[in-house]
Amino acid sequence: MSELEFRKAIRDALDEEIERDSSVVFFGEDVAAAGGVFMTTPGLHEKHGSGRVFDTPISELAMAGAAFGAAVTGLRPVIEIMFGDFMALPMDSLVNQSAKFWYVSNEQASVPLVVRSAVGAGGRFGAMHSQIHGSWFQGIPGIKVVAPSNPADAKGLLKSAIRDDNPVIFLEHKRLYSVKGPQPTEETVPLGTAAVAREGTDISIVSALRGVRDALEAAEQLAANGIDAEVVDLRSLRPLDHETVLESVAKTNRVMLVEEGTRVGGWAANLLGIVAAEGLHDLDDAWIVATKDTPAPYSPTLEDAWLPGSAEIARAVRERLGVAAASS
Amino acid sequence: MAGTQTERAHERQDRPGESPAEYLDRYGRMRLIRRFEQEIHRLFLKGEVHGTTHLSAGQEAVPVGVCSALEPDDYVAGTYRGHGHALAKGTHPEALAAEMLGRATGVCGGRAGSMNVIDLEHGLVGCFGIVGGSIAAATGAAISAQRQGRVAVAFFGDGASNQGYFHECLNWAQVFDLPVVYVCENNFYGEFTPMASVTAGGEIGIRAASFGMQSQVVDGNDLWAVREAALEAVARARGGEGPTLLECQTYRHYGHSKSDPGKYRPPDEVERWLARDPLDLARARLLDLGLSGDDLAAKEAEIDAEMERAVEGALAAAYPDPAEDAGTEYKE
Repeated sequence: MSELEFRKAIRDALDEEIERDSSVVFFGEDVAAAGGVFMTTPGLHEKHGSGRVFDTPISELAMAGAAFGAAVTGLRPVIEIMFGDFMALPMDSLVNQSAKFWYVSNEQASVPLVVRSAVGAGGRFGAMHSQIHGSWFQGIPGIKVVAPSNPADAKGLLKSAIRDDNPVIFLEHKRLYSVKGPQPTEETVPLGTAAVAREGTDISIVSALRGVRDALEAAEQLAANGIDAEVVDLRSLRPLDHETVLESVAKTNRVMLVEEGTRVGGWAANLLGIVAAEGLHDLDDAWIVATKDTPAPYSPTLEDAWLPGSAEIARAVRERLGVAAASS
Repeated sequence: MAGTQTERAHERQDRPGESPAEYLDRYGRMRLIRRFEQEIHRLFLKGEVHGTTHLSAGQEAVPVGVCSALEPDDYVAGTYRGHGHALAKGTHPEALAAEMLGRATGVCGGRAGSMNVIDLEHGLVGCFGIVGGSIAAATGAAISAQRQGRVAVAFFGDGASNQGYFHECLNWAQVFDLPVVYVCENNFYGEFTPMASVTAGGEIGIRAASFGMQSQVVDGNDLWAVREAALEAVARARGGEGPTLLECQTYRHYGHSKSDPGKYRPPDEVERWLARDPLDLARARLLDLGLSGDDLAAKEAEIDAEMERAVEGALAAAYPDPAEDAGTEYKE
């Protein structure tokens, strides 16, 4: 069977869920007629009609609020907030309305909605089109945060997110859209479960989104140095599957967390705290590789240096383990 | 002008929903809200109501008039000054009082408190502690309502008309012809600040014109005027003709919240508005329409007794037990 492209995985998941459940509606800026600025949703409007798939005004706050109000009255909205950076605008509705409704209402009803966004740096988009809002939302009870790293997971996780009865923030890394990978083997992938993307014995490299792909590349480079790295793909940031991470650390005794985001206040620091609290006895070494503490720069030289890529991941592991780089 | 309105009321009273007896029930609902707010005020001073609370006494004609134009399964979103919104839509006074008191029998089990009441059984999709939040909630509910043959209403204050929620959602609703009625309860103060000093354009109703939306400025202390405007707006929404903005001008009798005695309001202004107490106006109108003082006294006694039972029941209820009510983060 042919490989699946990440953007096609997103499109297919939406298409199949809109088809499957008449309460699913999908709206956002330029998602219908234009098919999405990252070409993730072409043809959905034509196939399912304006009642199910429609373009909205550039009004992110109204969009999230409309999704909330629709979700508590019987619909299952999926919205696209085009770039993750724009998530600062609808935050009130998502944080104060959608996230709190189930608990504060004394469980009268939940808020089944999904907010998809393109996230991440490396596309030379500059400081206001390159952020990842996963860590902004990770500390909010009631919300789920999903962060796929490959096409099969993206499809299965998005289908799970749409079927989930709770508000889900769904992150799509821009530098994954054109990635191709194996077709999914399962219809859905459960939210809140991490996966071991590569087995190894010497160190656990934990990441999410594009970072997993970089970590897998780094692991291949490290194999040439005789270092056998395990790569853990978190897949969700909330609920956070720290059990899988702890199991991996119990095996390797070392953990490096790779986050495209800042060291302070990021998911990696949070997870490292949990690993220290619950798995200190298994740890010989633990550290974080993150971005610099500045906004994402524009210039290619600056942005490449700002991002933790596969070369930096491999270098950091070798340095920490005291292994010299293999001569090429 | 009052005579003209009474004449119109006389003309209307043969129509369904317009009989004096039905208005007597609406007057009763207004009195229930007034008595509720008085009781919450008293219980707050006794330390039984916690945190803060925003009372709507003086504004009762707006939610009662608007909700009288709705069907039971229509949707309403209210504000942190929302006790009247909930009671007008049908929330049980005892369940609402118990919520204020933080009791397990509260409409949200004591998890919500005064500012965040939700009562889906009665179509109340929520009261929102953030200024303007109700506007979005009703706009979204209207997306569902459009498919269900229902209508959604947002209550909000004059202050919310300066929020992004207002401008984004009114544009949205007009673009998609949503069956929603935006009801601005203009009480002329955003917290402690006079509306005029922070709101451009003089009135809020005219803002609808920039969206091509129907609007009306309404005497928010006149139950008959509010109901008439609401009936028209709701019919428009249900008929697929899109949203309406109603600016209902009214006044709150208490300060903004419990920390506010309202001293920034000129005494003569307060006097003027107290002289137009919506309950007094409704009472006078009902007498004018032929009801007797005894009819009104009987309704008032019935409501007062209902309120007394509600408070007694709420005070007798247990607090939620943290050991039993851990709550879950997600719906599984």
